[in-house]
Amino acid sequence: MGSHAKAAKLASAFLVNLKGNEMKKVVAVLLISLLTACASQTKKSDAEVEDKSAGAKPATEAPRATTEAAPTLNPLTDPNNILSRRSVYFEFDSFVVKDEYKSLVGAHAGYLRSNPNARVLLQGNTDERGSREYNLALGQKRADAVRYAMTLSGAKESQIESVSLGEEKPRASGHDEASWTENRRVDIRYQGE
Amino acid sequence: MTGIIYAFPRIPLKVILMQVRLRRFYSYAVVLFLWLAGANAYATLNIEIFGGGATQIPIAIVPFAGEEKISQSITPVVAADLQRSGLFRLVDPAGLRPHEPVEVSYPDWVNRGAGALVIGSTTILAGGQVAIRFQLLDVAKQEQLMSYAETVPAEQLRAAAHRIADMIYEKLTGDVGVFSTRIAYVVKQGKKYSLQVADADGYNAQPVIEYTEPIISPSWSPDGTKLAYVSFENKKPVVYVQHLATRARKAVANFRGSNSAPAWSPDGSKLAVVLSLMGGSQIFLINADGGGLQRLTQSSGIDTEPSFSPDGRYIIFTSDRGGSPQIYRMPVTEGVSRSAERLTFEGSYNVSPRYSPDGKSFTFIHRGGGGFNVAIQDLATRQVQLLTDSRFDESPSFAPNGRIILYATEIKGRGILSAVSSDGRTRQQLSTQAGDIREPAWGPMRRLQN
Repeated sequence: MGSHAKAAKLASAFLVNLKGNEMKKVVAVLLISLLTACASQTKKSDAEVEDKSAGAKPATEAPRATTEAAPTLNPLTDPNNILSRRSVYFEFDSFVVKDEYKSLVGAHAGYLRSNPNARVLLQGNTDERGSREYNLALGQKRADAVRYAMTLSGAKESQIESVSLGEEKPRASGHDEASWTENRRVDIRYQGE
Repeated sequence: MTGIIYAFPRIPLKVILMQVRLRRFYSYAVVLFLWLAGANAYATLNIEIFGGGATQIPIAIVPFAGEEKISQSITPVVAADLQRSGLFRLVDPAGLRPHEPVEVSYPDWVNRGAGALVIGSTTILAGGQVAIRFQLLDVAKQEQLMSYAETVPAEQLRAAAHRIADMIYEKLTGDVGVFSTRIAYVVKQGKKYSLQVADADGYNAQPVIEYTEPIISPSWSPDGTKLAYVSFENKKPVVYVQHLATRARKAVANFRGSNSAPAWSPDGSKLAVVLSLMGGSQIFLINADGGGLQRLTQSSGIDTEPSFSPDGRYIIFTSDRGGSPQIYRMPVTEGVSRSAERLTFEGSYNVSPRYSPDGKSFTFIHRGGGGFNVAIQDLATRQVQLLTDSRFDESPSFAPNGRIILYATEIKGRGILSAVSSDGRTRQQLSTQAGDIREPAWGPMRRLQN
């Protein structure tokens, strides 16, 4: 029950991060993974899953996982895999990638290194205060900072496009510190997602 | 944004706090109706005027003979235009109904306190056209200041009324009227973003483009036929130019990375845009059709929000090259420039600069102790005036006569448009009942109608 609930929570957190059109593609994957998690009641280690598919399976073939068995789960969408975590958060007025996100950024860089055909879009975001265009540039700085960290970990420049959404696509719609904290963020999106 | 908010150094501000006169000498609420084209829905546009100079011109406008029979009465539009300028005070005709100069009894108007008097008539012609005639009279001198007549199709009666308001305004103030101009802005309603163009009084709003992804930074071509803007419809910001009449549009800056902040050169041949193509956010020039990429700025930080001087020789822009966002000026030359002249020094957050139409000053957003406010700085004297005292002002832009600055602000978490006279004396709020309005841009002069 515990692992079931945890998987469901992870899955719903992941779903929140997705748009409607992406949902359809991913929902099936998640349902399978939830069922699998329920059936086995065991947790795979991140490393195990990562080893199995990294290098062997290009990211663009992700949807095929819906018709196959658990061992070929797409690491990018497996809620138990660190690669399913896609957001890097920033301090107020900062574009420094904090230490707590180094492993996350490193894992994605590793995936890109092992999957030379994979492409990723980094979308920088800011909170709502101030000039929209200046915030667009600030979001770009954040996305560039994550891109730089990924290239230091071996990903190729050509695999990464960093762009900014500025303050235009807030995940949290409130006008308070909690919402602003949630919105100071870079999202990692793979091509085809 | 994220930055700088609580980091203000305690420098004694030379900023002159304008006597933002919230005494509400004259507080009107003029309820207009904004037709949201295509949606078949009416939203109310409220215009509330605060303040007003001491030297308002008292003017009486007599309803024109026959205007109750035409589809759009003329004088209410003229009266609302003049009132919104903040330079006029309406005097009630109180039952007097002269329509010809010979019918005017001047002592009656002196008694009512009117300095100027407008009379006229409208006549429906065969075929539905409307003949309009009006006279502007000087009450003290008991003489005619101007007389005008024109014939227009019924659907152009509002445009004719705005022209009449412009003529009266120009005759009595000596300044150019802007009642016939248009404004552009973005309305967010639910998940829908709509870039709209409306008359300067908020009527006649027409959607230019509607999308479920954000649209920001609309910018008018100098001839008023096109809008450049930034759309996020392709998961990232891309600059488009759209022709208003044909609706044809083209992505003119869709380079790798982010593309934003379009600004037209005064001759309409080029656009300054901000690209992250070569790292950071830097200002480039492109031809209006998207070709001819040329880099303008080179810094290790953010350079954004370019605005051309009216003669096209300079741009002013926002840069954080000095550690905090400030406004800089540089010549627009053939080559890329690593240096620029810093213009703002008060405070640690000055953004969104726009040149005034005469090129002598610029408006921008200054963050002070109370919030983000509209300010104006004289380029020669460097003197800064704060024009507002609200919390979240954004995107100021000048009316083409330089007398009014249109900007976005926020009330109860919802975006509305506001306008402030460039001397800070008069303020108006424009708001619709539905939706969140932002990113206003005042269009150029448009003297040739349709």
